[in-house]
Amino acid sequence: MSAAASSAEQLARALSAQRDKDDKSQLGFWIYLMTDCVLFATLFATYAVLRHNTFGGPSGHSLFRPGYVLIETLLLLTSSFTCGLAILTARLQRRKYVLSMLLLTAILGAAFLIMEVTEFRHLVTEGNSWRRSGFLSAFFTLVGTHGLHILTGLLWLSVLLVKISRQGVNAVNLKRLTLFSLFWHFLDLVWIFIFTFVYLFGVSGL
Amino acid sequence: MQLLANVLIGKLNWHALQHSAVTMGGVAAMAFGLLAIAGALTYYKKWRWLWREWLTSLDPKKIGVMYIVVALVMLLRGISDALLIRTQQVTSVGSAHGVIPSDQFQQVFSAHGTIMIFFAAMGLLFGIINLVLPLQIGARDVAFPFLNSTSFWLYVAGAVLINASLAIGDFSAAGWLAYPPLSETQYSPTVGVDYWIWSLQIAGIGSLLSGINFLTTIFKLRAPGMALMKMPMFVWSVFGSMSLVVFAFPILTVTLTLLALDRTLGMHFFTAGGGANAMMYVNLIWAWGHPEVYILVLPAFGIYSEVVATFSRKRLFGYTSMVWAIWGIVFLSFTVWLHHFFTMGAGADVNAFFGIMTMIISVPTGVKIFNWLFTMYRGRIHFTTPMLWFIGFMVLFTIGGVAGVLLAVPPADFQLHNSLFLVAHFHTMIISGVLFGYFAGLTYWFPKIFGFKLNERLGKYAFWCWLSGFILAFVPLYFLGLMGATRRLDHYDASMGWRPMFIVAGIGVLIICLGVALQVLQLAVSIWQRRENRDTTGDPWNGRTLEWSVPSPAPVYNFAVVPKVTERDQFWADKNKKQKTKNTEPTYESIELPKNTPMGIFIAGFAFLFGFGAVWHIVWLCVVGLLGVITTIVIRSNDEHTEYHLSASEIKKLELAARGDAV
Repeated sequence: MSAAASSAEQLARALSAQRDKDDKSQLGFWIYLMTDCVLFATLFATYAVLRHNTFGGPSGHSLFRPGYVLIETLLLLTSSFTCGLAILTARLQRRKYVLSMLLLTAILGAAFLIMEVTEFRHLVTEGNSWRRSGFLSAFFTLVGTHGLHILTGLLWLSVLLVKISRQGVNAVNLKRLTLFSLFWHFLDLVWIFIFTFVYLFGVSGL
Repeated sequence: MQLLANVLIGKLNWHALQHSAVTMGGVAAMAFGLLAIAGALTYYKKWRWLWREWLTSLDPKKIGVMYIVVALVMLLRGISDALLIRTQQVTSVGSAHGVIPSDQFQQVFSAHGTIMIFFAAMGLLFGIINLVLPLQIGARDVAFPFLNSTSFWLYVAGAVLINASLAIGDFSAAGWLAYPPLSETQYSPTVGVDYWIWSLQIAGIGSLLSGINFLTTIFKLRAPGMALMKMPMFVWSVFGSMSLVVFAFPILTVTLTLLALDRTLGMHFFTAGGGANAMMYVNLIWAWGHPEVYILVLPAFGIYSEVVATFSRKRLFGYTSMVWAIWGIVFLSFTVWLHHFFTMGAGADVNAFFGIMTMIISVPTGVKIFNWLFTMYRGRIHFTTPMLWFIGFMVLFTIGGVAGVLLAVPPADFQLHNSLFLVAHFHTMIISGVLFGYFAGLTYWFPKIFGFKLNERLGKYAFWCWLSGFILAFVPLYFLGLMGATRRLDHYDASMGWRPMFIVAGIGVLIICLGVALQVLQLAVSIWQRRENRDTTGDPWNGRTLEWSVPSPAPVYNFAVVPKVTERDQFWADKNKKQKTKNTEPTYESIELPKNTPMGIFIAGFAFLFGFGAVWHIVWLCVVGLLGVITTIVIRSNDEHTEYHLSASEIKKLELAARGDAV
């Protein structure tokens, strides 16, 4: 057997080993996302139980501003779109595009988070903090947990940005990017539920 | 000055270190134990060895052994709590008030339950899975070795935190599940409940990560040819159990977090006012808690399935129905949680539904019992120690199960709720179902990990002590419960006439302690006589599954050549094949293995700091802990060289050495 053939064989084996590893981490990450899904489901359930327990305080109907939340929603949805573009350009090995799309994702995500924190601060200064009632405890916890996930995502994203700008879109970074985008889309999906069940139902007084 | 102290050490002060004589005794015992270990390590110059070979190891077999060591220590702590409970209930009658005051008694029974479930049983569970699962599916490792080490160390961090509560401050006095509003700040103002919350939270996240890890391992790392329906039954049971972990543990994470938010940020989830709903806690904790029972018992069922097939020299009866029984239990375990609080007043329809579901869940369990019986039927039964644990289990578990079906009837439950009848029931299930199973598994797989068998004679003595001690300790509790004795009772009137039976129960616990002492002796004697007890064949029990095809102790890479699977009991089939192909030299290839790393220890260490800070309201310590965890993860993710290669020639050398001994 020639040296070239054996080295080609070695390369093939290394590639398939890398693919196995990617498979493993993708499946593992999916299972993690399922656990996170149960976590949010539990929080949604507690919110559903407590959302009418206003204890004489304000209800969602008087607190929520649908226009403001819609802007938040659009920011987050757009960030999911740019994250998708980052994946597409990463498959084409266009590093510059990848970096700019990821940067855009980070900016949109950060803007979302800033809007959320502003809303929280507004509520607290008006005297409607989580101490006020069971409803507000459940509201702050559910929405805040989503916000913490976004914050985690932003931290992850900044590490990814540094890595890709230094090493380019290699196999490992592409895998990381794929996992990140799963996470980010998942948070988007959770937010759709929050937007519907917390804000829209709250505003409409359902 | 006060402000500065608040910032620096939160709620911590000198009073936290002042304790009663009994607690100080416990602290002294703990300190003495730690000092003795540290002294021995220093004297024999083994610190470096411990760090390099064990603590930083990513080998699942070593992680498994460490899990089991910690779990056994916690088991001893839990048993000493049990001894204290029994002593109190014997001595605290009429005008006498026992050995400890009632507030401390409450801490003792809370600690007993918490430690036994979360740190003894869960630790043994993950330990055994780590030891056996990769070997049984023909894999060299788990899917995520580093995550595995992190899970283990998070479990240790939780265990250290719960033991710290003995020395610094106090522990929860609100029972093992800390029902609110009792567990809220208003009624439990000390740090006890916070210790409970954070030790469980840290260990629980470790368990959740383990669940993800083992599920991925089963999905992705099975040897070629091992279709799902060719997996050993223990693997199936772990599959079911870990699926439950993945679906149930997030509920625990949330529930603990909500209680912590109530206590630290003044939220109103479960408080007595503010539009909160305390019963929601009870629903949530049991939506995790009931599946948890099956998380513990399913792998024990798996162990029994392996043991009964091996020692009956027959293939497991009703393999397919066993698999379906496991998945029936997995599904149904999420539909019965309300039977823990029929007395809540959810109404007749709701109670009837959950009562019926509870009776239905005993059907798949019954299927398993009959399958095991039929496996033994016309088998060649070998009464080894694991088999004795199995037979003891069959008898006790059936009794406990029947008591459980009785409790599933809501009107009966209204009478028996929170009585000692219930306590007797769930101890029958957990000790015979879970603990006996893990003991059977430990005895069965011990030679595979350490290369020598445990002393059979002492093991059998220990079993008989456990069995008779158990019957003496818990059968009286069924009767006491029917007579109206409630659980968590620290004092009763002499005219109740309960004392004789409490004395019998106390004697039972002493006999169990004798069993434990015999097990310690068994371990010591077996190590002492390890040369005589050596397993030179790799197959000391005439086993059926892949783990027995490798030498004992199993090499670091498990399988020099990844096996090909065509049969359910692959190794049994290989052994009984007519043509021997032994003489052909296998072709070895180089193997990739994970390098040791201390990063898991660091992550868990920072998590511990975070937990300790959260307990005592030391904000800066929480920040340090959190930043530490994040930084460690980022540093680890930057490490590109996490693996090393074992070359084909090295493997050949190791294999020849191991097999050479075998010939």
